[in-house]
Amino acid sequence: MDNNTIIALKNIVVDFDGEAVLNGLSLDIHDKEFVTLLGPSGCGKTTTLRVIGGFLEPKSGNVFFNAKDITHLPPYKRQVNTVFQKYALFPHLNVYENVAFGLRLRKVDEKELKTRVLEMLEMVGLRGFERRNPVTLSGGQQQRVAIARALVNHPKVLLLDEPLGALDLKLRKEMQGELKRIQQNADITFIYVTHDQEEALTMSDTVVVMNGGYIQQIGSPVDIYNEPENAFVADFIGESNILSAVMERDFSVEFAGHQFTCVDKGFAKRALVDVVVRPEDIQVVPAIQGQLSGVVKSVIFKGVHYEMIVEQAGTDWKIHSTQAQQPGQIIGMNIGPDEIHIMHKMED
Amino acid sequence: MKLKSKIIAAPYLVWMTAFIIAPLLMVLYFAFTDKAGSFTLENLSGLSQYTPVFVRSILLAAIATVICLVLAYPLSFMLSRLREGKQRIMLMLVMLPMWMNFLLRTYAWMTLLERNGLINRFLGLFGIGPLNMINTQGAVVLGMVYNYLPYMILPLYTIMVKIDDSLIEAAQDLGAGRVHTLTKVLLPLSVPGITTGITMVFVPSISTFIISRMLGGGSNLLIGDLIELQFLGNSYNYNLGSAMSLVLMVVVLLCMSFTNQLDNENKEGGVV
Repeated sequence: MDNNTIIALKNIVVDFDGEAVLNGLSLDIHDKEFVTLLGPSGCGKTTTLRVIGGFLEPKSGNVFFNAKDITHLPPYKRQVNTVFQKYALFPHLNVYENVAFGLRLRKVDEKELKTRVLEMLEMVGLRGFERRNPVTLSGGQQQRVAIARALVNHPKVLLLDEPLGALDLKLRKEMQGELKRIQQNADITFIYVTHDQEEALTMSDTVVVMNGGYIQQIGSPVDIYNEPENAFVADFIGESNILSAVMERDFSVEFAGHQFTCVDKGFAKRALVDVVVRPEDIQVVPAIQGQLSGVVKSVIFKGVHYEMIVEQAGTDWKIHSTQAQQPGQIIGMNIGPDEIHIMHKMED
Repeated sequence: MKLKSKIIAAPYLVWMTAFIIAPLLMVLYFAFTDKAGSFTLENLSGLSQYTPVFVRSILLAAIATVICLVLAYPLSFMLSRLREGKQRIMLMLVMLPMWMNFLLRTYAWMTLLERNGLINRFLGLFGIGPLNMINTQGAVVLGMVYNYLPYMILPLYTIMVKIDDSLIEAAQDLGAGRVHTLTKVLLPLSVPGITTGITMVFVPSISTFIISRMLGGGSNLLIGDLIELQFLGNSYNYNLGSAMSLVLMVVVLLCMSFTNQLDNENKEGGVV
């Protein structure tokens, strides 16, 4: 735990009816960082958020806030605010009063309260909506009220539980940029939960990939994408070809019946590993020039590129290319040393 | 489409006309006429002598309603937060007494509260009593609370299951402790349930005559007993009885419009 750590989770264990949801999870979150907890449903990401928010007391383990143990502190005493999945706006209050809710409880004087509420509504682009009832607003607008309601309290940390899940694709894209901008303006820590890998890569400083109550990998979006630590991460983040391989020696790996040069070293001799190759990293060349060759099984137009399934020695490769090939055609495939990502085999 | 819906509604319209509107008009007619059938205000003006009975009825019904609300509110909230299976079982338990006849339930309380009743005999084992429980206003209120409590619980429960947990969590998240979560979120959101519950307990309580007769003895007459006497009792005077009914209806309507007012104010929301 360095000085910059604002929230630290230590060996958090949570179970529901004896079924473990978090298995001794430890995580440091740095101040002013945009951290995303990413994983499939049931991976424990929302549970982690609820532990930080104080809505769930872990069975064991500790939560630290600025190095102070807050494990048993109720939510209303934490300097953390939450944007809930379904917004959870108060239907009996108008937009203004929803945003003012936290300030009123803290007895902020009327003049300052008004300034802060209006300022916040300005920031989320909802000036003029003060007297509206939140149920009459669109999903995106409700979302922004929820964000304003949380941020107006100047929390040190904002927790967001899949806040864009209910929005349509276009609005979601817009709100992604918006959220990032708000985070940078407010200059606070965002902890963001999502199952959408693209969302995570777009917005985050740090991505925490979770599965089965364990952290799989922590890293910058670029690291997570380019250097997945195991097959789960590789498979979950983006599309990929994952193959079993043998590490012949340093800088040399064998898979798909071919010796490839790679940039990895330090594995045991003839170690069994997993290899990840991204579909866009495979170069399509004439059959005789390829390191590998295979038969095109299908071609699907995807807009920017074509997605092809190519069968090579019983393995189906996914390839993204801007040039379409004919189904049935035999093509060559080349993979550069930089495009081969070697991972330790998952123990399961 | 419109014609069709009218046809479908027809049986009830006939029913309503015959058994609700016509009787109401009759009450109105009798209240303003004397035995000979000529117009008079005497029935209404003569009611002033019964003011204490009216006041007692309103008071006892109000007390019973408040007790029901205080008992039912936390219970309903607890019910609404249980798991679905448990909710169903608990709701069954709440409804169970309603499967029994109203008269039987009230008789049961008579045997419990009597001077030689079960409770006094039990207390006697410890050398306490016998307490004078039956034929008191307290017994009447108890009867009302016991009989009408489910009518308070059900509307409260119905509204509370609709209050999402996340709203309560949001309140806590924004700094509300237990008290503020209750006063600033839970209570305002459950106002529709509260007003429905109040109406459903207050109206039958204020017009009851069985409970007051059986548990209140002769000394705690309520307005319902008085009305019954005018139609079935010795003092047979349906003109006076109609006038009483009319006033009772007005009192009930006033109380209901008052609670509805609360409801509407709440709905407008956003008191700045």
